[in-house]
Amino acid sequence: MKPAAFDYIRAGDLSEALDALARHGSDARIIAGGQSLLPMLNMRLAKPTVLIDVMAIPGLDKVRRAGDAIIVPAGVRQAALMRRPELSAEQPLLAAALPWLGHYQTRARGTVCGSAAHADPSAEIPLCLVALDGEIRLRSRRKSRTVKAGDFFAGMMVTDKADDELIEAVVFPVARPGTGHAFKEVARRHGDFAIVGCAAVVTADAIHLAVAGVADKPERRSFPLLDGSALSDALNAFAWDLDARDDFHATARLRRDLVRSLGRDTIAEALSCRA
Amino acid sequence: MPRLSATARHRVAFTLNGRPVSLEAEPRLLATDALRHGLGATGTHVGCEHGVCGACTIQIDGAPARACLTLAVQLEGRDVRTVEGLSPAADRLSVMQAAFRRHHALQCGFCTAGILISLDAFLREQPHPTEDELREVVGGHLCRCTGYTPIIRAALEAAAQLLDAPPLPEPAHV
Repeated sequence: MKPAAFDYIRAGDLSEALDALARHGSDARIIAGGQSLLPMLNMRLAKPTVLIDVMAIPGLDKVRRAGDAIIVPAGVRQAALMRRPELSAEQPLLAAALPWLGHYQTRARGTVCGSAAHADPSAEIPLCLVALDGEIRLRSRRKSRTVKAGDFFAGMMVTDKADDELIEAVVFPVARPGTGHAFKEVARRHGDFAIVGCAAVVTADAIHLAVAGVADKPERRSFPLLDGSALSDALNAFAWDLDARDDFHATARLRRDLVRSLGRDTIAEALSCRA
Repeated sequence: MPRLSATARHRVAFTLNGRPVSLEAEPRLLATDALRHGLGATGTHVGCEHGVCGACTIQIDGAPARACLTLAVQLEGRDVRTVEGLSPAADRLSVMQAAFRRHHALQCGFCTAGILISLDAFLREQPHPTEDELREVVGGHLCRCTGYTPIIRAALEAAAQLLDAPPLPEPAHV
């Protein structure tokens, strides 16, 4: 399993990367940590003729805080975000989810924005972005734009990103006081692709539950503060609406069951840690 | 802006286990093949070639990396460490390697190089590891011989020994 041939461009600044993207469009792919892209190249599921490496661009590897926003630029590796000392206070959901993102060895290389760009339906970063109503900042030679996570993820490894755009940063909101967060996941081995992942955000008057690994993209649903059988009914309706499919890893029935049970556990934990 | 053509070979220079090395690489050459075929450093094993099995794990600037998910051209200027760089001398085992031997933490040995490299990186970050933490680190590797239990036992014992032992000198051989 070796990649097909490609030219390799090491962009020295953002402008060079955008120029190369504008010129090569759908023939080009951005490479950052490479932990999602290289498997695609090795298996020849992707055969770009140009790779544009953005990791030498200065300044892209620093997480920034701007008011209530945690801005994670394209060069930030997953392990670096995980090591951010203030993360668990700033955004507990992200802090809870990151240890589930791949393995120790892949987090050391893989980037946060790369995971968003890859848009695997079971991935933790897209799930957290959708659960938290985060944003994706896109940049091209033509324009800069910001897209809500719910609009960005369009399907199985499909996003709203145009061929000449790169993800400049993803933005997570800082947790608001009085909000509870929880993350749970079921996988065959810790670090493998989730069979089902759940992220819950509970506020004073609403439950938001986002689910990965069932539909072709992470999906979020909001409920009032239900409990008992009313919550069971709501979760059951959500589970069926996600249109689960059988595959090699799990049946649709198991996935629906996990939405009901894991979803409920995740909501309960978010309620219990509502500060 | 450096642009490396797909059809040509390009000089890639980096440090391997403390020694400067270089090779000619097409952009699509994987780091696994660069190490094994380009430089003859066959201690890094090739398993699944899509980042799942962990056999090819190396260190890049001290952090673990799947060599099969790394392009040779991405190693330019980096400090790379492989299993050949773990032992203090050609005829001596590192503390971790010796613990693996004592605890029968390997049988066929195919996965061992990657696991040793991961544990080496992790213990530098976390010299006081818990068993759970070590299980998570080893969880990034597939071993079909040992059942993992002896690996965890060896890692725990080596971690305790390393806390008492003076730091090893930098290895000088490849």
